[in-house]
Amino acid sequence: MAEPIVLRRAIASITPARATTEPAIVRWTLIGTASVFLGLFLVVPLAAVVAEAFGKGVSAYVAAFREPDALAAIRLTLLTAAFAVPLNLVFGVVAAWAIAKFEFVGKNLLITLIDLPFSVSPVVSGLIYVLLFGLQGWLGPWLAEHDIKIIFAVPGIVLATIFVTFPFVARELIPLMQAQGTEEEQAALVLGAGGWQTFWRVTVPNIKWGLLYGVILLNARAMGEFGAVSVVSGHIRGLTNTIPLHVEILYNEYQSVAAFAMASLLAMLALVTLVAKSLVEWKSQRDLAIGEGTAARGDVR
Amino acid sequence: MPLSLKRRSVLPGFGLTMGFTLLYLSLIVLIPLSATFLKTATMSWGQFWNTVTAPRALASYRLSFGASMIAAAINAVFGLLAAWVLVRYSFPGRRIVDALVDLPFALPTAVAGITLTAVFAGNGWIGRYLEPLGIKVAFTPLGVVIALTFIGLPFMVRTVQPVLQDLEAELEEAAASLGASRWQTVARVILPELSPALLTGFALAFARAVGEYGSVIFISGNMPMRTEITPLLIITKLEQYDYAGATAIGVVMLVLSFALLLIINLLQWWSHKRYA
Repeated sequence: MAEPIVLRRAIASITPARATTEPAIVRWTLIGTASVFLGLFLVVPLAAVVAEAFGKGVSAYVAAFREPDALAAIRLTLLTAAFAVPLNLVFGVVAAWAIAKFEFVGKNLLITLIDLPFSVSPVVSGLIYVLLFGLQGWLGPWLAEHDIKIIFAVPGIVLATIFVTFPFVARELIPLMQAQGTEEEQAALVLGAGGWQTFWRVTVPNIKWGLLYGVILLNARAMGEFGAVSVVSGHIRGLTNTIPLHVEILYNEYQSVAAFAMASLLAMLALVTLVAKSLVEWKSQRDLAIGEGTAARGDVR
Repeated sequence: MPLSLKRRSVLPGFGLTMGFTLLYLSLIVLIPLSATFLKTATMSWGQFWNTVTAPRALASYRLSFGASMIAAAINAVFGLLAAWVLVRYSFPGRRIVDALVDLPFALPTAVAGITLTAVFAGNGWIGRYLEPLGIKVAFTPLGVVIALTFIGLPFMVRTVQPVLQDLEAELEEAAASLGASRWQTVARVILPELSPALLTGFALAFARAVGEYGSVIFISGNMPMRTEITPLLIITKLEQYDYAGATAIGVVMLVLSFALLLIINLLQWWSHKRYA
């Protein structure tokens, strides 16, 4: 899956009316059918989260967050994201620099390897870490001797999350930086800039929207990961439960209001992610248009 | 063409960045993955084969693959429709719907799972209308299909949308001027143009659906031999400390993932050639 989550050109303009469009009745039937389908699968679930969370009133909703286990779950989720996001961000930038700015043998293989975690099932992602660090795993006996807990403890959760979110920033930046080429960096070097200067003052401003986009998606996935974390966590209440795991526990205990209250946090995160994504797309589209307009010395749309 | 591993470049930092990339990649991805494959080497082939073809495992493959196929097919039809409507027509709320298409991608799978279950359960918003008709969704394979359709939706729409957008008007206009009816133009000119994107979207949605766990386990009911998906089987084996069995099935899933990854890369290479 080398195809990245490319920043689509925001559909800011309607394709102009053509002599070859469908008759109005067909158009509106299609719009209606698509709306029903999309409404069913997108709007109804969102509305259901809100309805179920507030099903017993606002006080029940707020009370769900006063549980110590709930607060511990929120803390652990934030901690996991605090590790996973910067590490994979740095990796993404470094890998994109190595891949996009240089030519070498095996580049496609490297890109495919970086994409691997994206194609592996979340449960298998957790399984491979259990096989490495678990009691029966390769390093199990050594870890037990030194009393280091990885599986069924926080480090395992962080590691599994890092694995699952590994490619996000890299996938975003590699095609972007490949498309931008090396001319600007070479120009900077010719003009006397050092390596770091070139990077910070030439490369980073060019990739800033792609970077932001990748980080937003990375964060959403890191906080919401369920399958991989479920395998490595051990589900120890108050200690190794992230918000998604806690939602599962509450749901299985039929505490549906509390479960949906926690779920509403994640749903809000998803909505914020969508809004941020749209903003980034809009801004990058604007920058692109301004750049093209300046270059062509024509209309800026 | 110089015979070297890397063409000379004036840009600095290759050694450092490449080294870090390979190190991080090995530590996080390659070494753990190889641990899994090496673990299966400790099982005898007979043991491996028996575990992997046990009736319960086979039932789970049928469910996982079958439901994923159906879900990806549904997404192919309705995702194409949604992409068409979003690109070609204007209607109130189009931008919001366009942004919302990514919801299944941004929403954590556990939330999707409990929400879909709540909506389609017997007393849920939609379930209460379907149940009297005899259509039981929750705790049946149909529920699994619906959950997998939900999470595969953005893959299809977002793969087809850019291609539709960049489709040249000249093709359609030429067809129309040569006397084709609108339906003929759509079926014989536009759809074939879209086929690489459709196939790629199908493969992406299928690959995601096969490995899906969180969205499915709540609505499926998890009955062995009937509504148990393969990832759940792996977890069940782990809970029973049958590490060898879990690894065996995990390897099957890994091999499938890699095969799909290869197919998708080939499809995208083909698309790139077609559309570039």
